[in-house]
Amino acid sequence: MATTFFRILKFGLQNFSRNGLLSATTTVIMVLAILVFNGLTIFGVISNSAVASLQDKIDISVYFKSAAPEDDIVKLEHALQSLSEVRAVEYISSEKALAIFKQNHDSDDTISQALAELQTNPLLASLNIKAKDPNMYPTIAGYLETDQLKPIIEKVTYGENKEAIDRLARIIDTVRVAGVGITIFLALVAVLVTFNTIRLAIYSNREELGVMRLVGASNKFINGPYVVAGVIYGLLAALAGIIVSTPLIVFISPYVHAFIPDLSLSAYLGSHVPQFVFYQLFFGVALGATSAAVAVRRYLKI
Amino acid sequence: MIAFNNVSKQYGDTAVLSDITFKVAPGEFISIVGKSGAGKSTIIKLLIGEDQPTRGRVLVGSYEVNKLKPDELPQLRRKVGIVFQDFKLLPTKTAYENIAFALEVEGRAQEEIEELVPQMLDLVGLADKKDNFPDELSGGMKQRVAIARAMIHRPAVIVADEPTGNLDHVNANEIMNLLLKINELGTTVVLATHSKDIVNKLRKRVVALENGKIIRDDARGNYEL
Ligand SMILES: Nc1ncnc2c1ncn2[C@@H]1O[C@H](COP(=O)(O)OP(=O)(O)OP(=O)(O)O)[C@@H](O)[C@H]1O
Ligand SMILES: [Mg+2]
Repeated sequence: MATTFFRILKFGLQNFSRNGLLSATTTVIMVLAILVFNGLTIFGVISNSAVASLQDKIDISVYFKSAAPEDDIVKLEHALQSLSEVRAVEYISSEKALAIFKQNHDSDDTISQALAELQTNPLLASLNIKAKDPNMYPTIAGYLETDQLKPIIEKVTYGENKEAIDRLARIIDTVRVAGVGITIFLALVAVLVTFNTIRLAIYSNREELGVMRLVGASNKFINGPYVVAGVIYGLLAALAGIIVSTPLIVFISPYVHAFIPDLSLSAYLGSHVPQFVFYQLFFGVALGATSAAVAVRRYLKI
Repeated sequence: MIAFNNVSKQYGDTAVLSDITFKVAPGEFISIVGKSGAGKSTIIKLLIGEDQPTRGRVLVGSYEVNKLKPDELPQLRRKVGIVFQDFKLLPTKTAYENIAFALEVEGRAQEEIEELVPQMLDLVGLADKKDNFPDELSGGMKQRVAIARAMIHRPAVIVADEPTGNLDHVNANEIMNLLLKINELGTTVVLATHSKDIVNKLRKRVVALENGKIIRDDARGNYEL
């Protein structure tokens, strides 16, 4: 059993090293496939961050009548927090609202002066609600439109921002679906190109497969070495992929950071080294081995 | 030891072999002769399970070849040594490795392989070419490697389809002498050929085919058509 395994391993290494040019081309194609895979992963990270930072900008604000008792507002805040659709609720009292307003306009003398002349605080207390998913805003808005709450609520900004929020929700959904679609499509292309390259490499050896059969080799002796060679292509391609992508990611990181301030690709890479290495090795080895196993079966008739 | 019982083979509508019946005793040297297209290679293919007969039974030792499943074929192939006109060596393996391969796939121990392969290389006179790849060898040398590979697991039968077809006189004679030597050591040899010279020199049993039928079966035959 062990002898068989080591012989298959040995034949696989010979397959790889003695078909130099073929092995090199196949590995290069797999490196390209792995770079596509990396590109897609990074595209995923970027689009997720972009979506997340957009989502963060969407919210509903509920403004309360100045007579509304603070107890009722806090009660509503707790009720909202317990809703499964709600991600966060922030209570902004009228004093806090004024403080924020002052801070935002402290360079504008006219406004500062006007404020100083006011005896009472003209700003209303509000609850700022963020949903887990943009699609959930209508549900949350619906929850706020009950008769019970009417007496204390001055206005819900969802009605006014509805169109903008809905459009943003649709865009985000489209970006997600398109991202997944593009990823699946390109990954499929990369897989097919790799598979075809390995298939061609094996096709050029198809007579050998028959010869091995005639000499009494069982299937594992015929398949095995090609699968081993496929694993070697995958390992080498993954290593090359890591060596090429790492500096590229570090290079584009500042440009991406300029667009999405919440995202630093370099830092992301730094905190995901094991995943980054593992996924590429896994992708490369799985792709190489399965392609070889599937391809060699086609030529194993006799 | 080998028996064809009422074997017929059709490819589509064309009958390539019709009602072939013959037996080969252990240790015999049998030549199957006939013009090109007579069906010699087809007989060989049925014998080693590379193809199935349309009707009839093919027996080799304890195997009923026409009933073997694909995963049982390697067993048969390890009992029968096969030699072809085009050598069928593995191009990415050296002479030594090509011969060793037949033992490696059987799961033989490494020490045994390291002992047997050099012996066989000596026997076919290629000890000094053991590390050469097939495309670094002459046709005659390639065929000797192929014979060494076929012989390495001491099969009861050697099957050779036109083994001298790609060789000149001198090399062809060498290969025939090798096959005779192997036969003298007790191995059954089944030879398919259309070479009159070779068959007449052998003075062994000849089965003559014409249009897929046996037209003669002589114990000490000549190639006459
Ligand atoms: N796979 C196949 N499909 C269809 N016809 C076939 C096939 N293999 C062989 N034949 C036909 O069977 C006949 C006998 O072929 P075979 O190869 O047995 O001849 P042969 O006696 O070995 O000839 P040669 O001396 O040229 O090698 C030929 O007419 C050939 O065309
Ligand atoms: Mg033939």
